[in-house]
Formats: sequence, structure tokens, C-alpha cells
Amino acid sequence: MIAADRPVQRPAAAKLLAVDSEGRFSHISRDHFVELLRPGDLIVANDAATLPASLHGVHLPTGEAMEARLAGWSGATASDVSHFAAVIFGAGDYHTRTEHRLAPPPLAAGDRLRLGPLTATIVRTLGHPRLVSLEFDGTSDAIWNGIARHGRPIQYAHIAEPLALWDVWTVLAGPPVAFEPPSAGFVLSWGIIEQLHQRGIQLATITHAAGISSTGDDELDKRLPLPEPYRIPEATANAIAAARTRGARIVAIGTTVVRALEHAAGTDGVVRPGDGVATQRIDSTTHVRVVDGVLTGTHEPGTSHHDLLAAFATPATLSSIDRELDAHEYRTHEFGDSVFIERAEQSQVLIFGLFRRQQPDYRQRGRG
Amino acid sequence: MPHPTTPEPALRATLPGLRVLITGGTSGLGLALVRELAASGARVAFVARGGERVEHLTRELAGTHGIVGDVSAKTDIHQIALQALGELGGLDVLVNNASDLGPTPLALLGDTDCEDLERALATNLVGPFRLTKALLGALSASAREGRGAVILNVSSDAAINAYPTWGAYSASKAGLHHLSRIWDAELGSEGIRVLSVDPGDMDTPMHALAVPDADPSTLKQPDVAAHEILEQIVAALPKSTTSARSAQKVGEPA
Repeated sequence: MIAADRPVQRPAAAKLLAVDSEGRFSHISRDHFVELLRPGDLIVANDAATLPASLHGVHLPTGEAMEARLAGWSGATASDVSHFAAVIFGAGDYHTRTEHRLAPPPLAAGDRLRLGPLTATIVRTLGHPRLVSLEFDGTSDAIWNGIARHGRPIQYAHIAEPLALWDVWTVLAGPPVAFEPPSAGFVLSWGIIEQLHQRGIQLATITHAAGISSTGDDELDKRLPLPEPYRIPEATANAIAAARTRGARIVAIGTTVVRALEHAAGTDGVVRPGDGVATQRIDSTTHVRVVDGVLTGTHEPGTSHHDLLAAFATPATLSSIDRELDAHEYRTHEFGDSVFIERAEQSQVLIFGLFRRQQPDYRQRGRG
Repeated sequence: MPHPTTPEPALRATLPGLRVLITGGTSGLGLALVRELAASGARVAFVARGGERVEHLTRELAGTHGIVGDVSAKTDIHQIALQALGELGGLDVLVNNASDLGPTPLALLGDTDCEDLERALATNLVGPFRLTKALLGALSASAREGRGAVILNVSSDAAINAYPTWGAYSASKAGLHHLSRIWDAELGSEGIRVLSVDPGDMDTPMHALAVPDADPSTLKQPDVAAHEILEQIVAALPKSTTSARSAQKVGEPA
């Protein structure tokens, strides 16, 4: 696949590969996404806004330049803006591929960091020399102000120009809790949302704190995704229950929505409103209880997002999708093209899953 | 400052827990809105350019969130939106109140510098457009969750009537007024109301700048106008139940 190297959320030429539950393919212009949906369907999107989670600064004990990428909420509640899990890089920036970035100086509990207007202390390392728990100084308002003014969206070397906050701000963006954009939501415009209304397709949202997708370190990448807090509003839980009652499909916009809804569903498949922290991985062995179809980016084999799709399609279909995307020059990463997969008959997927437990490699780029 | 009037039952029922962002919050009508909302138990974030005044008001009104920013600056908009949404956890009401008069003293259009017109348009029209656009997602979430969502744009009779020497201000407010009407028509299906409200001639620093020799006793007090505006906001919100509006952020117990 080709890297999408421009931060355009809805390029006119965006493509979509649609795969139905029988594994049949069709290629459409992504603008026509709504045509894949049926009246009565419920689509669920992630309304998390994206933090400018890349903070450049100085490791004060050594005076060395470093970059902290906020990667997870580690306070008692997700609204505690003082405590974060963070991945630390040495000098340099996103122009260098993450796997080639300089290592930070040795980090220890108690080390002080200056990150623009913010100061922070390393509370402890989290089982890896570059993954730490950070505590910012100051009031919540001062920390929000510092992050808003000094932070930049996390980005990777495939996009040369610096991302602005508006580049990663989806139309539905609300609570700023994601560390990278829930980029499948880039497909939605207010015009598309209006089409949904006109066609009798319902829209609901959840808020899911999408974490970072890649650190450039194999050991660290294997630990991704980190636990991600989410919230299911009561209105969304009710809409899901009503959709199930009338036999309508529930379509997730993005893998984060799949992760949240499947985590929130009890063994009875009922999605309950409220807060949770998604800790599970979804792969071919997962029994998907809620989501009937997923719109997502184009993911490279070997990434955790690609693994997630194995809960929706058989291995044979997934391999065909990979070939199809290459053959039709689909673009990948967060501003790339899209795939819509309608879940295959659960028994088919799970039978393959039982034989297919594998050691996944969690390298990935672009949450979708 | 004494409270101008006792809040009516609808205000008393609706304002507690309501999440509101007000631009131009340290002076005139904006300040009066911040005070009344804070006193009514709403959760308030406000924006103004002057760091010292923002800090002073935040200290005076505990629990409010002051944001230093300039709505006429493109690069400030998402920073403002991020801080407001981070601090409040979401948004039910946006009040685009910050305004720029254009040239002061007021001038005939032919004598108005282009830069003064551009500044008035940036503050009064493009700024509210950008900030509203950045916050539409959060507002639509409030509407979907039954909390309701209102955008109130502070207009003026100058948006409708042609008063000589008010050209830059009038043109920008006319644009804002029409923007409000179109957005209200477009967002009805999302459950978001967009109001354009003329608060009347008020005894404010901006009015004094425009009409230095006006007799203050003939002007409306900003807290009276603020109260009227809150009544209009509440009237545009769904009849609330307190539980629907209990403020909540991700990760906090439901």
C-alpha cells in the first residue's frame, strides 16, 4: 500500500473497499459510504478529541533534549490531567522514523522534566526504560493550558509537514481524551451525517481514549494498545439495545469503537452505559457480541488493528483483502483509504480463530 | 455585585451543572453572564485576551475556568476549544460574545481603514464561525444525550439597521446574524439551536468607546441583559431533568 502523506481528512479521491459477510468485494468512492448502510442501521462513532500529546522539552538531571509522548491516562480517573503514562524519546522529532529515534537519557523515578511551560516528575518507570508514569505540576487548568499551547499532535515520518490540532480534529470531536485521532471518524462530515438522517440511519457516539499506535520499539509495541478508558452514554446504550431488538446492524466507525463496545458488553451481549477501561485485545479468537460491521483504515498485516479484523472475517477473506488493497493501490495510515467489513457468520470466524492463535506483532500506524 | 433579579424556576432548574463557554468573559455583557451563571451553579469557562483580568476573575469566582485567548486568531481557536472541553468535559452552551467595534472613534465607512474592518470581521464573524465549528461535535453529543445544545451569538440592532459610522461593526454583525440563521436551519436535525440575540444598548466599556457622551441612565445594565439572555438559552434547551444534566467526564463514575 501507499503511505497517505498529506493531512487531508476527506480527500476527494478517497476509496473504500467494502466486504460483505460472504466475503464479496466492491470498490466505491468513500463519499458514497452511506450507500452501504441500510435504513434502521445504527452507526457508532468515537467522539474523543485528540490531545496534542507530543511535548518537547528537557530532561533536567542531564540537560538533554527529549520528547514525551503522552500515551495513556494513569490517574484515578481519566479526567485527572496530572497523571499520564508517557513514552520518552531522545532528541529529534517526528521527521525521523520512530524506530531510528535516539534513546532518551537513562530515566529514573524522581527525575524532573521541563516541557515548555509545564514541569513534571517521573513517578516511576513502567517495566520498560522508556515507558514512564508522569505527574505534572500545577492546577488542572494550568496543565490544560500548557498542553494546549505547547503540545503538538503525535505524528510519524510519513507526513512531512507539522500537523496542527485542526488536522486531527474530527467533526464529532468532543472530550479531549485520545492520544492519536480516532481516524476512521475522518470519513464523517456534517453532509454525510445529514444523509444518515435522511436515510433513516441512526448515529450514536461513545468516547474512547484512543492510545498511541507505535513507539518504534519492538518490546514496547508488543504492549500496545495500553488500557484505554471509555464512556458509553446512556443514549448510546439505549440506541444499541433498540437496534438489536429490531434486528438492525450495529456498525462501528473505527477499531476503538469495537474495543469499547465489546468490552462494555456483558456475556449476554448487552452494552451497559457508563465508564470502563478497555484492556482486551481483539483477534480471531474473540467472540464479537455487538458489532456487525466495522469501517476502518487499511491496516498492514502484523498490526494489532489487522488482528482485530480477524474477528470479523475469515483468514481467507483477510488475505484476499490484503491483496485487493495492494492491487488497487489503496493508501494507508491515518489519512489513508478505508475498508468496510461486514462481520462474517460468527461460527466461521471462530472456527478459524481456534486454529489460528498466533504471536502478533503489534507494529501499526494510524488508528482507524 | 448584587444579583439583579431572582432567577425564575426554569433558570433555577436548568442552570446547575450546565456546561457553558463564553467568549469576551471579563467585560460588559460577557462578565455579567459569567457572574450570573457561576452564581447559579453552572459550570463556566470563559475566554478573554487579557491574562491578568482572566486570572483575577478566575480567582474571584472559584470554580470557573479562565482561558486566555483571542478568538480573532486562527491558531488560538482549537487551543481554546481543547481547554474548554478538557476543563468542562463537554459543552452544552456556547456564547459567542467577544466583539470588536472596528475603528474607534467610530468612522464613516469611507474613512475606515481596511485593517479595522478586517479586525472586526475576524473577531465578530470569522472567530465565532471557527470556534463554533470546532465545538459542534461536543454540542451535538450533548444534544444526542438529551442535555440539549445552544449556540448564542450576541448580535446588535446594527446587524439590521444602517447607522452611519457603524459600518465595520454592522457589516460583521450582519454576517454573524445571517450565519446564525443558516446554522440554526442546518443544525435543527442535530438538536442544536443557534440563536442570534440583540441585547440592546448597554452600559458597557464597549458602548462607552462607541458613544462616549451617552447618558448611562438611558442604557440597559449588562446584568439585566445577561438575565434576559439566559432566559432565552433556557427556553431553547429541552425541559431538563437534573439527572440528564449531571456533569460527567470520561472515567468518572456515572
